[in-house]
Amino acid sequence: MSLLDYFKSTKPKSASVAKERLQILIAHERSARNQPSYLPELQKELLAVVKKYVDVDQDAISVHLEQDVDQETLELNIVLPEESVKKP
Amino acid sequence: MARIIVVTSGKGGVGKTTTSAAIAMGLAKKGHKTAVIDFDVGLRNLDLIMGCERRVVYDFVNVINEEATLNQALIKDKRCNQLYILPASQTRDKDALTKEGVGKVLEELSKDFKYIVCDSPAGIERGANLAMYFADDAFVVTNPEVASVRDSDRMLGILSSKSRRAEQGDEPIKEYLLLTRYSPARVKLGEMLSVDDVQDILSLHLLGVIPESQSVLNASNSGIPVILDEQSDAGQAYSDIVARYLGEDRPHRFIEEEKKGLFGKLFRSK
Repeated sequence: MSLLDYFKSTKPKSASVAKERLQILIAHERSARNQPSYLPELQKELLAVVKKYVDVDQDAISVHLEQDVDQETLELNIVLPEESVKKP
Repeated sequence: MARIIVVTSGKGGVGKTTTSAAIAMGLAKKGHKTAVIDFDVGLRNLDLIMGCERRVVYDFVNVINEEATLNQALIKDKRCNQLYILPASQTRDKDALTKEGVGKVLEELSKDFKYIVCDSPAGIERGANLAMYFADDAFVVTNPEVASVRDSDRMLGILSSKSRRAEQGDEPIKEYLLLTRYSPARVKLGEMLSVDDVQDILSLHLLGVIPESQSVLNASNSGIPVILDEQSDAGQAYSDIVARYLGEDRPHRFIEEEKKGLFGKLFRSK
């Protein structure tokens, strides 16, 4: 192996970086694409309800739909603030 | 009944019009009566690539608005009597295309033509949506480059959900990958996504690889579809693609780096 080859092999080739980035991105975009169109609206309304009782951030709530062969799971994740302050 | 092919990509500048011109000419040269339609209203260029820019009198929008008949607007190619070009309008805005209007034109063309090639504009707006809406087959033109691959995947999503076939619950559009501007030397160096990489990501049936080639610019400079340059690698690659699409079994070429000549052999590094 020449000195040049040694330097070449130390950093990953840009094509493999590109492939990895694309695989991650496209998997993410495909799952978003297959979501039903009501999800963003559902998320907004759920947030409004939670906000009535707990002071949470806009991005504290996430709605995620998993689709398996024979079942769908709707996952709802709300991150409550450290000290849940009840609104008067 | 005609078979409607959309040439699409999402991203601009990857070779949609070059491909549309080449495959339309290729199909026509094989004896199939073919029409090629420019859907890029406002930014037409197919006429220029086909070399008939000075013969445009009426256009696609004129036909939709019934200001001209289809026969008045179709330009007969001077090199192949089976090929007709329907140019886009240069002056109107893209809203001039309507689903009903496009559907009517395609239906009328279907009576008389074997293949209709729809050259889609870039983007995902009306022109692009209408170009793919009525399609039976989609040629997804992709460069081995991140932005192009991502946009191609986006187009695949649109093809499978917003086309007429999808809406009517018919058999889905057949999707084919055309990888253009491919440089085997750069792939070998690890600087460019390989055919296998792109297929891993998009999982599409590969119709062919068009190598990066000087002949493409030479052809567009002179208004000659590159498929007519039979000596060139790109021209041969497009001929292969047309043959494969028509069911011929041709091995893939231009994926591996060309074998070096004597001079190259003498100076080969290994």
